[in-house]
Amino acid sequence: MKLSKVYRDYLHRFSNKTLFMQGDIACAYGALYGGCNFLAGYPITPASEIGEQLALELPKIGGYAIQMEDEIASIAAVIGAVWSGARAMTATSGPGFSLMQENIGYAIMTETPCVIVNVQRSGPSTGQATKPAQGDVMQARWGTHGDHEIIALSPSSVQECLQLTIECFNLAETYRHPVILLMDGEVGHMREKIVMPDPDKIELTGRRLAKPGELMFGGQLIPPMTEFGAGSFVHVTGSTHKDNGMRDVETQKVHDKLIRRMYEKIDKNRDKLIRVEKDYMEEAKVAVVSYGATARPAKGAVIQARKEGKRIDFLRLIGIWPFLCRVWRRNSS
Amino acid sequence: MNIRFSGFGGQGVVLAGVIYGRAATIEGKNALQTQSYGSASRGGASKSDVIISDEQIYELEFTTPDVLIAMSQEAYTIYAQQLKEQCIVIVEKDLVRTEGVKIYSIPATRIAEGLGQKIMANIVMLGFMSALVSEVQPQIVSKDAVCKAIYESVPKGTGDKNIQAFEEGYKLGMFNLKLQSTKS
Repeated sequence: MKLSKVYRDYLHRFSNKTLFMQGDIACAYGALYGGCNFLAGYPITPASEIGEQLALELPKIGGYAIQMEDEIASIAAVIGAVWSGARAMTATSGPGFSLMQENIGYAIMTETPCVIVNVQRSGPSTGQATKPAQGDVMQARWGTHGDHEIIALSPSSVQECLQLTIECFNLAETYRHPVILLMDGEVGHMREKIVMPDPDKIELTGRRLAKPGELMFGGQLIPPMTEFGAGSFVHVTGSTHKDNGMRDVETQKVHDKLIRRMYEKIDKNRDKLIRVEKDYMEEAKVAVVSYGATARPAKGAVIQARKEGKRIDFLRLIGIWPFLCRVWRRNSS
Repeated sequence: MNIRFSGFGGQGVVLAGVIYGRAATIEGKNALQTQSYGSASRGGASKSDVIISDEQIYELEFTTPDVLIAMSQEAYTIYAQQLKEQCIVIVEKDLVRTEGVKIYSIPATRIAEGLGQKIMANIVMLGFMSALVSEVQPQIVSKDAVCKAIYESVPKGTGDKNIQAFEEGYKLGMFNLKLQSTKS
């Protein structure tokens, strides 16, 4: 699927231009290139610029940006917008991400494709608001309760903030699952060179909508969904539900089937979702494994060490979740 | 080349760094700008670091700058420790006391005030610095590129005024260089 004409016409002004841009702003433009037409959020350092930029841009091209009363309401509005047909996102930092956890679980359980950007900062709690950190990796994986999978990507350059945001939207639709972009305050607030893509060349994954009578919560690994108001009846619930969406909070088999399917839709595509940048991974016994902002100086150090004749490999996690356990074993044998 | 703009929140040190980084990008160089600031919108220590290189930039931060601009006493006290010998140090004359150390001291805020806008002190500083840097490393960022970056970075309608502030600083920088060469 291509970007809509309105979006392409608007984004053409940036096409192939080299700009000096902040990571957060690149993320906001990544959302536009990714076809995002709805943002709900609540300002927080170091993520505010994403919402600010989208609040400036979205209304110009027929999209919506809402500042909600808090982060719980923000993710709730995102989920509602998606079920009304929007490509929706929210952007926050650690404290807001903590608040969102309950509804991230709801998005997973209702298989709602959406993008949650977390520009990580120092914590716990309010911590040092203006200092960057990378402490939410485990929260991204297990912040919401129960058995579930998650998809999370982590950029380490401004260019990647844009690229990976586009991919987050596509992955969300492909797997009908919330996708987390784990940025950090350093990448979010730094500025560097970025080459803006040509909007005509962007490939988007569209939403698969159910045909009349098609099941929306089972019957296949990744079922199609619908939009409220499109004519078909649908029941969306965070409680355990059958293939048709109706609640069943008693039968163990129903729960087992649902949770296994939702696990398998990620697990069976693990190889596609695992993404790494490998350098020199051939013969060395020691590898530096890193991600996000710290991967930059880490790679610089590896290059320096190799100049000095030391055999050290470099591995950067771009896809943080699902974790690259299989690749890792192969290389560390 | 590592450049550090420092001062207190509200002086525009972040913007000065952004403009110089943007200018380097216009020149086709790699540039990376990071910032560190307190949670208050005015006051508190603030700094903006710019790394410019022909190579890929891996390090996101540096410890010792090649150029240090300090627009407040606090910033000078923090960042003027352990400087390289060749480091160019520029301070805001009316706000920073340096006790005999050999540095450049210019009344950027007063000059900006003379142009009608105190808020442009950062741009005066930027002009002064650009002149000095062009002497040490002439190929790094041209004056034209900085001017272009200023127009792209400041609020609409304030471009010309900011260029004027930049030119004032630049002129003063060139004058200082000339003074030096006649002395030596």
